[in-house]
Amino acid sequence: MKPMRLATLRTLGVAVLATAMAAPALAQQQPAQQNAATMDAIKSRGTLSCGVNTGLAGFAQPDSQGRWTGFDVDYCRAVAVALFNDASKVRYVPLTAQNRFTALQSGEIDMMARNTTMTLSRDTSLGLDFPAINFYDGQGFMVKASLGLKSAKELNGATICVQPGTTTEQNLTDWARSNSIQFTPVVIERVEEVVGAYTSGRCDAYTTDVSGLAATRSAQPNPGEHQILPEVISKEPLGPAVRHGDQRWADLVRWTHNALLAAEELGITSKNVEQVAASDSRPEAQRLLGKTGGLGEMLGVDNAWAVRVIKAVGNYGEMFDRHLKPLGIQRGPNALWTQGGLQYAPPFR
Amino acid sequence: MAEITAEATTPRDVPESPAEPRRPPMLAVGPVAWMRANLFSSWISTAVTLALAYLIIRWAIGFVDWAFVNAIWSVPVTEQGAQTQACRALDHAGACWAVITEKHRFILFGTYPYEEHWRPALCILLFIGLYIVSAMRRFWRPALGLIWLGTLVVIGGLMWGGVLGLPYVPQERWGGLVITLILSTFGIALAFPLSILVALGRRSRMPAIKMLCVVYVELIRGVPLISLLFMASVMFPLFLPEGVNFDKLLRAQVAIILFAAAYLAEVVRGGLQALPKGQYEAAEALGLSFWQKTGFIILPQALRLVIPPLVNTFIGMFKDTSLVLIIGIFDLLTAGKTAIIEPAWQGFGVEVYITVALIYFVFCFAMSRYSQSLEAELNRHRVR
Repeated sequence: MKPMRLATLRTLGVAVLATAMAAPALAQQQPAQQNAATMDAIKSRGTLSCGVNTGLAGFAQPDSQGRWTGFDVDYCRAVAVALFNDASKVRYVPLTAQNRFTALQSGEIDMMARNTTMTLSRDTSLGLDFPAINFYDGQGFMVKASLGLKSAKELNGATICVQPGTTTEQNLTDWARSNSIQFTPVVIERVEEVVGAYTSGRCDAYTTDVSGLAATRSAQPNPGEHQILPEVISKEPLGPAVRHGDQRWADLVRWTHNALLAAEELGITSKNVEQVAASDSRPEAQRLLGKTGGLGEMLGVDNAWAVRVIKAVGNYGEMFDRHLKPLGIQRGPNALWTQGGLQYAPPFR
Repeated sequence: MAEITAEATTPRDVPESPAEPRRPPMLAVGPVAWMRANLFSSWISTAVTLALAYLIIRWAIGFVDWAFVNAIWSVPVTEQGAQTQACRALDHAGACWAVITEKHRFILFGTYPYEEHWRPALCILLFIGLYIVSAMRRFWRPALGLIWLGTLVVIGGLMWGGVLGLPYVPQERWGGLVITLILSTFGIALAFPLSILVALGRRSRMPAIKMLCVVYVELIRGVPLISLLFMASVMFPLFLPEGVNFDKLLRAQVAIILFAAAYLAEVVRGGLQALPKGQYEAAEALGLSFWQKTGFIILPQALRLVIPPLVNTFIGMFKDTSLVLIIGIFDLLTAGKTAIIEPAWQGFGVEVYITVALIYFVFCFAMSRYSQSLEAELNRHRVR
């Protein structure tokens, strides 16, 4: 009897294990199979569910009246305008770094504009798609201007403040090794404390993403006392993400971003967009603004979608100036390709 | 002997009225004596007292200077946002309470639509009213259950809206103090009855029920609340079919209820075990059924015994609700932290944290004081 029972137990155990392991896999596949019609679901629901950061200066933050504002938030609004002609038809779902991917996988949100770095593993095994890169970020260094440093390579022997856990610490170590730089890390978990350690002089330099450095610098009593060194030691392409498997939906998000870029390139702003749509004879502008070509219908919205989007949120440059420039973030790699940056919209035709 | 007799026989000029009890000399009792005995009994003690008094007074003067004298209570807010240069110019010599002036509605109500803030405000008042009514013993009757039910329905109606012409407000826009109160009130109100059942089940003679309760308590108690919240918010949705989504707040609420119930169950079980066996036997000898015995004899005595640890757990749960920040729910503490993300207000965290701490303290202190008075009242028969 005894061996029998053991065998039964073992079978049972294997069965339980198999179910437990298969369940998440099944759950991950499900969205891909069933989400052939995200856009229809959003339209019938009447609101766009958009995942945003729980609070990051410039990108997504609630203002004193509880309204969401920011660069990423404007992407949610832009897509909502393209779909509904109403920037208020967005349900903002604040997401932490931990639950952001599940929220997208499980269908709680339709798109995520939450300063998320595009990586291979996120693109593949996490079942996400990154239709666009709306902000090229990267890790940099901030030092006191009084040190008179010209380059991060002069940081040999420095004490550097860094937050643990993220890729930031890893990037710093890798960079220091490949440049044979010796440094003493000061690892502090909380942002306020790590900034405090830097300003109080416990560290010579503070390293995090350049956008974060700029935000920190602008919040200092005297921003001119600090300088951000020119080196960017990592690639952090941030962009909106959607679930893998619904290309039509990803297309709309991608081309909304492209429309914002093309508008800046063509000099179309929220102020002049209607005038341009009525009078501009440039073929590219005509197609972008839906006078010719019927491009909007190919995306599953109406042809005047780009006019509405630009009127509601402005072009890419206007969004940048509204939310990120006040923080002291320069266009840098986020300048248009015509001005030496990386932001490049494929042609509208 | 002679002296005594002599004294006894000598007529004294005794006043007609009975003598007033004479007070001991000022130096033997009263504040001066207390200070002599406790603060200045030896030169070491005197030195320590003086040093500490100096530090405390210095700190107090510094705090008053910072919090009141040098403080800035409001700053101009223009199109470009709040102009906080005045606050920054202080360079931490004074508090910048302007951040509270500007952000208090966000801290209290989160991202709830601004024009509708009266609704969560009313809900907070309703919650406080509910606590006060429930605290008064003269309301301890079955109708109280109905009052609770009614109030919670009204609160739900107010928060969600969609009825009586109130615009609908989806859950993810709720935030601030009202979330903290919702999570802790529902958490404690539902966990408490559940915990009594589990505690009774754990002492049951039926093996299946006993096993179930033991497994439940040990499983839940064996993991941190954070991991339960994670399970509820991250794992659970993956197992649901596409499109089926329970509210994030509801999932967190269920996790908090289950967690609180496991801890409370052990507290209640402690009370059950502390009762003398004679109480059980006497109740059985009277021919009471199990539920009659439990309801009339055992629980009233057992719960009375465990008021301090019960309130301890309640206070702990009230503060633990702030952990929902890891799943992106804006409770009081998260709302406070989010309020200072705006670049203009970065660096004024101390003011916000002090305010949030004061709010937490008021609620926890009220709970603690109430439990003390309740304890004294219910255990009066034990005081000899």
